[in-house]
Amino acid sequence: MSDTILYAMEVTLNGLMAGVLYALVALGFVLIFKASGIFNYAQGVMALFAALTLVGIQNGQIPFSHLINAMFGTQLHHFGWKVPAVLAILLTALVMVGLAILVERYVLKHLVNQEPIILFMATIGLAYFMEGFGDVMWGADIKKLDVGIPQGMSETVDQLTYNLFGYGFFIDTLDIVAAVVAVILVVTLTLFSQYSKQGRALRAVADDHQAALSVGISLRFIWVLTWSIAGFVALVAGIMWGSKSGVQFSLSLIALKALPVLMLGGFTSIPGAIVGGLIIGVGEKLFEFFIGPMIGGATENWFAYVLALLFLVFRPQGLFGDRIIERV
Amino acid sequence: MAQAYSTEGWITADGRKIGPVLMEMKNITLRFGGVKAITDISFDIREGEIRAIIGPNGAGKSSMLNVISGFYVPQEGEVWFRGAKRPPMKPYEVARQGIARTFQNIALFEGMSVLDNIMTGRLTMMETNLAQQALWWGKAAREEEEHRAAVERIIDFLEIQHIRKTPVGRLPYGLKKRVELARALAAEPKLLLLDEPMAGMNVEEKEDMCRFILDVNDEFGTTIALIEHDMGVVMDLSDRVVVMDYGKKIGDGPPDDIRSNKAVIDAYLGVSHE
Repeated sequence: MSDTILYAMEVTLNGLMAGVLYALVALGFVLIFKASGIFNYAQGVMALFAALTLVGIQNGQIPFSHLINAMFGTQLHHFGWKVPAVLAILLTALVMVGLAILVERYVLKHLVNQEPIILFMATIGLAYFMEGFGDVMWGADIKKLDVGIPQGMSETVDQLTYNLFGYGFFIDTLDIVAAVVAVILVVTLTLFSQYSKQGRALRAVADDHQAALSVGISLRFIWVLTWSIAGFVALVAGIMWGSKSGVQFSLSLIALKALPVLMLGGFTSIPGAIVGGLIIGVGEKLFEFFIGPMIGGATENWFAYVLALLFLVFRPQGLFGDRIIERV
Repeated sequence: MAQAYSTEGWITADGRKIGPVLMEMKNITLRFGGVKAITDISFDIREGEIRAIIGPNGAGKSSMLNVISGFYVPQEGEVWFRGAKRPPMKPYEVARQGIARTFQNIALFEGMSVLDNIMTGRLTMMETNLAQQALWWGKAAREEEEHRAAVERIIDFLEIQHIRKTPVGRLPYGLKKRVELARALAAEPKLLLLDEPMAGMNVEEKEDMCRFILDVNDEFGTTIALIEHDMGVVMDLSDRVVVMDYGKKIGDGPPDDIRSNKAVIDAYLGVSHE
């Protein structure tokens, strides 16, 4: 087999893995958009906030220590204990549920029946607030996140591909774990929304608020539930991205990469978010590999957006989104 | 139809049993800013009866239905349900008390199948909690099956087997109305509110809907309060009629009394030319 094809295969595999991470972020967007018609600009910051909180809890960091030190001249930083990864993840998930309750109570509740653009603006506000709040709470330095996911080149894949093709592929173990987790997450969420009572209520609220009320569904409960699930998805995304590149404030920018993913997959489709993520992941890696050298490289920065633009022109509802039919 | 109105109820001419008062509206006044939609209206709904609310456009009929179902909260007056005064409630809480409704402009979940739509009607009756549901644990699976069976009975009853799996968005208007009725029935309500169940239907569809309403009342003993424009339908269906005009009550009684009520004829049916 020629070298180019082998390289291309390796690049494709790596693209798939990167795509899974994009999909994880996009998934959070889709969940909230489906249930409440809100494009949640804060989804990326939620991932950042979740990752910050996780690291903070794990290392026994004292929240708001900088603020406390500045006010009282103390020298507090750490409680002096370490929390096991699993427990820390559980605690962080609880924090995200708490966040969902606060968001419903102090933001969404007051904006019922408002235009989508107003709600969108509110989530922008929420994003900046959470970014600042996370900074004050846990500090702005780049943190290392380690919850015990193995990292580095996967020996198994290397061996396997070497035996098959005489050339070992370089795939990060972390990416493989991320892919497996994403698949489990998507399957669970799909089953939950299709077959459970709450899932059905969730879809009902997404479809028609008035009708949902008339069959006895509490909108507030459903909103808290949706934001909690989105918070949990953000936590998973935060763990994966944080383990890969450290917990830093640029993490919130991965939300921007989720936008083209959503335009491809459709804003209302969970499978769409996954497929969209994979297409973007593979697309940008292959484009960089084949076309990049001809036009000076660095295509990964813009490829996704151009692809999304093309989709907006030819298939605005995305691959899996609900068809927009206007009855006259 | 000149029954003696006793507190325990009476037997109608066609042999149905009308029970004691299920819901009572006492001096309800509803304002939107300076506009009075409903002015000081009182009436009751008895167990097992079909109660019609009629009146010209803008008389406040839908507003009254929205007060009953909790979508509007009246500024004055009391709502009594099953012998107790009802505190101000959210619509979903009213639904959980056993009051189901349909809407004038149809409010269905367009993206979901007919079956799923009707299943949402049973949400209030499902008892398993979030954790059990999430893990599909213990009762969750069995409960789903029981409710599915109940929903299938309603589907048979309303003769919509052929569209069970169809997304509601694709159905014609008349069938949507029927699915909405099915969803309300699925909740096995103590009081069923129908807001213009026959609006925009052709004669054949109207006859079907009439039959279903009568059958529901007859077979399940469901108490029904409905708003309707078609006078012939109202007179045929209902046991007692409330007539509204400009937010005020101008008549209340059995259809025969309403037909000969001077104020009603003037306001609603038009002045008679004899």
